Amino acid sequence: MNPERPSGSSGVSQPRPSGLFAFVRKYVFSTDHRVIGVQYFLLGFVAALIAVVLSLVMRVHLAWPAVRLPLIDRLSPLGAPGGLLTPEYYLSLLTLHGTLMVFFVLTTVPQSAFGNYFLPLQLGASEMPYPRLNMLSLWLTLASLVVLLSTLFIANGPPISGWTAYAPLSAAGAIAGPGEGMGQTLWTFSIAGLCCASMMTAVNFIFVTLRGRAQGMTWMRMPLTAWAWFVGAAMILLSFPALVVDCVLLLLDHLAGASFFLPAGLVMSGQVLGLHGGSPLLWQHLFWFFGHPEVYITILPAMGLTSHLVSIFSRKPVYGYRAIVYSTVAIGVLGFLVWGHHMFMTGMNPFAAFSFAALTMAISVPSAAEVFSWLGTLYGGSIRFATPMLFTIGFVSVFVTGGLTGIFLAQPSVDMYLHGTYFVVAHLHLVMGVAVGFGIFAATYFWFPKVTGRMMSERLGQAHFWLTFVGAYLTFMPMHFLGLKGNPRRYSSLSAVPFVASLRPVHIFITIAALATAAGQLLFVVNLVWSLLSGARAPDNPWKATSLEWILPSPAPFQAFATDRPVVQTDPYELGVGGNPEVYVTQGSAPPATG
Amino acid sequence: MAFLVSLAVVLLAVSTSVLLLLSHQGWLPPAVSLLAKAVDRQFDVTFVISGVLFASAQLLLATFIWKYRSTRRNARVMPMRGHGILQGIWTAAMAVLFVWLAVTGFVPWATARATERIPGVLVVEAWGEQFEWHFRYPGPDGKFGPVHPDLMNDGAGNYLGLAPWRDPASRDDIVTANLAVPVNQPVRLILRSKDVIHSFFVRELRIKQDAIPGEEIPVHFTAAKTGTYEIVCTELCGMGHYEMHAKLFVMTESRFEKWLRKMAAQQ
Repeated sequence: MNPERPSGSSGVSQPRPSGLFAFVRKYVFSTDHRVIGVQYFLLGFVAALIAVVLSLVMRVHLAWPAVRLPLIDRLSPLGAPGGLLTPEYYLSLLTLHGTLMVFFVLTTVPQSAFGNYFLPLQLGASEMPYPRLNMLSLWLTLASLVVLLSTLFIANGPPISGWTAYAPLSAAGAIAGPGEGMGQTLWTFSIAGLCCASMMTAVNFIFVTLRGRAQGMTWMRMPLTAWAWFVGAAMILLSFPALVVDCVLLLLDHLAGASFFLPAGLVMSGQVLGLHGGSPLLWQHLFWFFGHPEVYITILPAMGLTSHLVSIFSRKPVYGYRAIVYSTVAIGVLGFLVWGHHMFMTGMNPFAAFSFAALTMAISVPSAAEVFSWLGTLYGGSIRFATPMLFTIGFVSVFVTGGLTGIFLAQPSVDMYLHGTYFVVAHLHLVMGVAVGFGIFAATYFWFPKVTGRMMSERLGQAHFWLTFVGAYLTFMPMHFLGLKGNPRRYSSLSAVPFVASLRPVHIFITIAALATAAGQLLFVVNLVWSLLSGARAPDNPWKATSLEWILPSPAPFQAFATDRPVVQTDPYELGVGGNPEVYVTQGSAPPATG
Repeated sequence: MAFLVSLAVVLLAVSTSVLLLLSHQGWLPPAVSLLAKAVDRQFDVTFVISGVLFASAQLLLATFIWKYRSTRRNARVMPMRGHGILQGIWTAAMAVLFVWLAVTGFVPWATARATERIPGVLVVEAWGEQFEWHFRYPGPDGKFGPVHPDLMNDGAGNYLGLAPWRDPASRDDIVTANLAVPVNQPVRLILRSKDVIHSFFVRELRIKQDAIPGEEIPVHFTAAKTGTYEIVCTELCGMGHYEMHAKLFVMTESRFEKWLRKMAAQQ
């Protein structure tokens, strides 16, 4: 049985652009969800590139503080005189690294880039319901990114308060430290803008899922990727407003002389600030009401993709499809009830802490259920080791490792020791940075043929996987050790505290591993460019996959499902039919004659 | 490829487990209080549970990758779609395990934050400011005098803005740059801040507590071993965060009295 159709037979062909105006209309100011998806990918790619370079600058400075870094003194003669970072410039780069990664890479790429491109296609929708809103969302995201990066070029540089921007450090203005004046104001504008943009995307995702599904695409026939994007979008719509409010209040503190986050009696640099009782903890409550759902917003699409790819590359149905759907929804709900575990050390009532600890433990349960399903899907399969599958296996491994350290941090008494140390850095980088990064890589290798019509190089892809898998573990595993030794995070120098200074050899090891891992990412960049220009022509369904986008030609045509609406008659993971790994049914094609 | 991936995951599981087990006793700095020992017990329990889960999940992953790789002999798949009972048992087991951990893990933390009065407790204030710690002892009257932000002047040595000329309670207050406590003496430390959020952390006590401007947050400990320990800041407080540290001296009762008298004379 061959569910593929000859390419070029799609219903609508896109009008060819003529002249500059048409080109701009089609590829720059486009309302096409596919173009917007690719634009989000490129935006996230640039943000990730900058964020990785910043992290390397920080790592080299920590390990070898006397090394003069090239070029950076040109960027900021004040922050890095002679190529040596000042403590405040280190913190500026740290803030930018975290902000870029969390907001512009981990939120934007899995959700807005891949979701924009593939959610409508997987559901059989012809377009996003609000295409202009979608375009506005992209351009607002770009504007927010430009505003954030502009802080590199202003007098006192980017803010030094980290991506979490705790008040009063973030709220008191320039008197609190370099970058806390104009830098922090611009940061706040940027984040508020990004939040609004993400909410617009979320509205599109939710409505395309509610109203745009093809005939026969029932809820329980949706691919697990689509479920993840849908739940992620609902979480964005409910949690990001809290951060917008937080940003508006912070801007009022900065620009209008308000003191929402500044209590009375603050004394900074010998000056009494003369304020009336605001609350620094208000910032944290609003921030983490956004912040913890955010963690799941970044990882849900990667978890959905993992369920999807484990099934396709094992050539058998997902083990426990419904369990994964319910787990995804459970994570979406519980994600809103655990924010207090970021605030165990703020003097919270012990009973509140107990509730947050118990709920945090509870959210590990659906995650454990998904791991069980992934292992169950691998069990008894016929596993193919193409690059997307390699990164998916990597994701499972890293998700287990990074997830388990979460059960240390969820307990207030153990967190009392580990909070604010490198143990937390290791945990969040493994589970958010590396795991979601693996999800992004798997998605790129998997969908590149559908987007560009060309295959990516397998050989380069495999080399990239090995360097990343080994390198990421070598970089982040030793950070647990630093945390157990009590090494506080966000220190710009190891020299001041004796027990921290004694840990320098570990920091040097981590820096070397980070440099090697980052160098390995060049293979990915080379692979993208080389494959785009001269990769092998992609067939319509190179992975023998079962969701709707694969009945389309590669690359996917403009508004493919507008006139030729598919009718879905099968479950999303009809693989290994009758125990034969080669037999599968793609949604939208005819079901097999015999069940 | 199946072999390599499988091997890599096995190596990860085995090497991490072996490293953890071999050096487990040396992970954390020595614990010098009853509370710290309770935290360490909780840490050990969590460590064993997560270690077993880690190793078994990684080894299962490696086994399945190797065993179910696509080969000619392996030409059939088992297209089962799940086992409700098996998945239910697994999910319930995880729920019980994790919630049990949450309940037991709560006790030491709550002990450090108990609010009831402890007889004979020594009350000390710990103040954070960019980028140093100050400690205040109430003196013989047992009372802290009021602080006046407008009088805070580091240059003149009036770090906390005390006005002994008009506040009688301030006259015997003792402000120091390091923290000293008698051994085996229950201490109630009250965390305060002049400017931004700082966090008080002593590794050997396993105690961490934020100092938040506008709030007075108590934390309890009883140090059981004399010695000198490092107090560091663990909340990003600005450019000098990395160098904000002080010493904790745990002394015998008599040496502490002598130290406090010496500090009182320097006020």
